[in-house]
Amino acid sequence: MKENNGVMKGAEIFFECLRMEKVEYIFGYPGGAVLKLYEKLYDVDFLEHILVRHEQGATHMAEGYAKATGKPGVVLVTSGPGATNTVTGIADAYMDSVPLVIFTGQVASHLIGNDAFQEADIVGITRPITKHNFLVRDVKELASTIKKAFYIASTGRPGPVLVDLPKDVINSECEFQYPENVELKGYRPFFYGHQYQIKKAAEMLKNSKRPLLYVGGGVIISNGSNELRVLAGEHNLPVTMTLQGLGAFDGMNDQSLGMLGMHGTYWANQAVNNCDLLIALGARFDDRVAGDVLNFAPKAFKIHVDIDPTAIDKNVVVDLPIVGDVKHVMAELAAELTEPLSFPEWWNEINAWRDESPLEYEDGDGLLRTEFIIDKISQKTKGQAVVISDVGQHQMWTAQYYKFTHPRSFLTSGGLGTMGFSVPAAIGASFAVKDRPIVSISGDGGFQMNIQELITAVAYKRPVKFIIINNSFLGMVRQWQELFHLEKYSFTDLSASNPDFIKVAEAFGLKAFSTDSPKEVDEILDKAFEINDGPVLIEFKVVREDMVLPMVPPGEPYEKMIVKRLNQKSTK
Amino acid sequence: MKHIISVLLENRYGAFNRVATMFSGKGFNIQSISIGETEIPEVSRMTLVTSGDDKIIEQVVKQLNRLIDTIKVIDLTQTPTVIRELALITVFYQKGTRSEILNVGDIFRGNVVDINNKTITLEVTGPPDKIDAAINVLAPYGIKELARSGAVALKRGEQNKDFKKQTNYSQL
Ligand SMILES: Cc1ncc(C[n+]2csc(CCOP(=O)(O)OP(=O)(O)O)c2C)c(N)n1
Repeated sequence: MKENNGVMKGAEIFFECLRMEKVEYIFGYPGGAVLKLYEKLYDVDFLEHILVRHEQGATHMAEGYAKATGKPGVVLVTSGPGATNTVTGIADAYMDSVPLVIFTGQVASHLIGNDAFQEADIVGITRPITKHNFLVRDVKELASTIKKAFYIASTGRPGPVLVDLPKDVINSECEFQYPENVELKGYRPFFYGHQYQIKKAAEMLKNSKRPLLYVGGGVIISNGSNELRVLAGEHNLPVTMTLQGLGAFDGMNDQSLGMLGMHGTYWANQAVNNCDLLIALGARFDDRVAGDVLNFAPKAFKIHVDIDPTAIDKNVVVDLPIVGDVKHVMAELAAELTEPLSFPEWWNEINAWRDESPLEYEDGDGLLRTEFIIDKISQKTKGQAVVISDVGQHQMWTAQYYKFTHPRSFLTSGGLGTMGFSVPAAIGASFAVKDRPIVSISGDGGFQMNIQELITAVAYKRPVKFIIINNSFLGMVRQWQELFHLEKYSFTDLSASNPDFIKVAEAFGLKAFSTDSPKEVDEILDKAFEINDGPVLIEFKVVREDMVLPMVPPGEPYEKMIVKRLNQKSTK
Repeated sequence: MKHIISVLLENRYGAFNRVATMFSGKGFNIQSISIGETEIPEVSRMTLVTSGDDKIIEQVVKQLNRLIDTIKVIDLTQTPTVIRELALITVFYQKGTRSEILNVGDIFRGNVVDINNKTITLEVTGPPDKIDAAINVLAPYGIKELARSGAVALKRGEQNKDFKKQTNYSQL
């Protein structure tokens, strides 16, 4: 039986629902349409509200929290501009399947559609970038809507769900009952894969000479790392991961080939190009991975395991689809394989590619390079840190050189590629992760996109290491200009117009370090990692024109991979 | 190839919009779309006519299924189906052509629903290609205005089953 809790105001019901959902943190910013909620929040003690400095920061913080824990991140903002400021974070979460519940204030129901003060049709605006969204039109629907929002956000393929709350709904009252069950006729997430197809996959694996596991973010989302370790470990299978998949399998294990795709390792991409069986696990054949979709893994029989049926056959047509939760499918697949498999000849080939073209960078010339810095951080933290990158060259180098050993350790904006993600997402993650270092890595461009959240980190004494890789360029764009746009470095040189990051840090109240010398990296990192009563900022001034390699040019087959740079431009 | 897709949709705020947004967002084309009530008050039925190769239609059906508000999606193209569309066609007439136009109306089993000293409005019902044919034949007289409802469709024999199991959505 449902418990009857008596008559309550909408605002009270709202927080009671969050209590029932065991929400620990809300990332939010007040305003007219949500004042009643903030009035109530003043006395709420079972969750903590984190005051951000820009609503985009709130959504990315909620993403950082959600990616680090798997639990939905919760955002509360006001109507109009408060709501529209969340859009980039929502789109980012949608692309990377991050569970968020975003509550937006709305003008009173009778004013909707009147161009009232601070009115925006946020439900209309976010319809294509949410898994689902709701406008609550009656306080009687408030509790059941919130229940549905959390359920939809966190089950199946997770994603952001927005709930729009008109002012009058929050102010009216009704009897509060939190529903026990969710009634959604049109929503039944798949769970177990098709038995026959799993058997067929096992047969294919037994008959394969060159199998390859292509692991995406779905394995992390489904908490399937253990199942992956067992499947790959017992059967000697090579594992390559997407940007979102890094950490799903131990990057220090020899069976890890690192990342595949546009900036994947030479040997991972060669393995893709030459495998006879490709098993995609919670990955979606994104164009940054597949390049030329018609020639992706051209020799392989392709099996695709995904919980979302729309992901199957969307970009690359596969031979054997298995719709289901990848964690369960991997367990069932492993159960079908009674005898351990091994592929010594295939491993010989892979290891030859590994030797032929390892990841390399120039060292010992006294110039500071990002690859060296990431290498150092990886060693110093033994692959145990939670690393939150921004978007650009430093992101790809982080993916290549940081050896992630655990799932939910590399939080990065993949699908949308949102600059400005790292600073707030690292703050959000720091509320979730208490026992491991939190390292935010940004370029000098992206760092400035949510720089205002530094003060949030200071205010809440977040032990985040904010690292700026300063090449005084919008580096990744510069790289494309060099390779594909006639070396016209149009509006990417920031050398004359960057702020003094050390002064910025000081103004915000952060301890800060800066260097351009490889010799000082160790010492600075040591000092910075000792500061844990608040954030710290490190600026690394690196060579300006370094290039991320290998690189498969966009839309091209893997054979067109650029492995080495011919002009050695990477000077100061 | 043309496909007729029938969708049972929760009769909720924004549900129709979500389907429309999905079609434009994914670049699928819609030839016609019609929506109305069903025998179950909280459920509406939407009939979509779309076109594309097999891969696109597969995505259309999957993407429709993925929406939270869709209860059941079925591609009716491969099953025996009753399809109807209604058109209102207003045609100019002159002295000699009035009876010819009425004749055409008879052939297509249409009704005259309005007439004045310049135009006749015919109501024609039938499968979309019958409507196409009627429009084709009437075009030379000069069509002043045309309104088509878009197709509605049901699987043949379905009414019987639905009658027995009124709320069993899986029977569609
Ligand atoms: C919000 C946003 N705007 C523009 C871009 C396009 N973009 C991708 S990478 C990049 C350059 C990033 O430069 P920086 O932050 O300095 O990092 P670097 O590549 O130098 O490591 C740009 C502008 C983007 N990804 N996101």
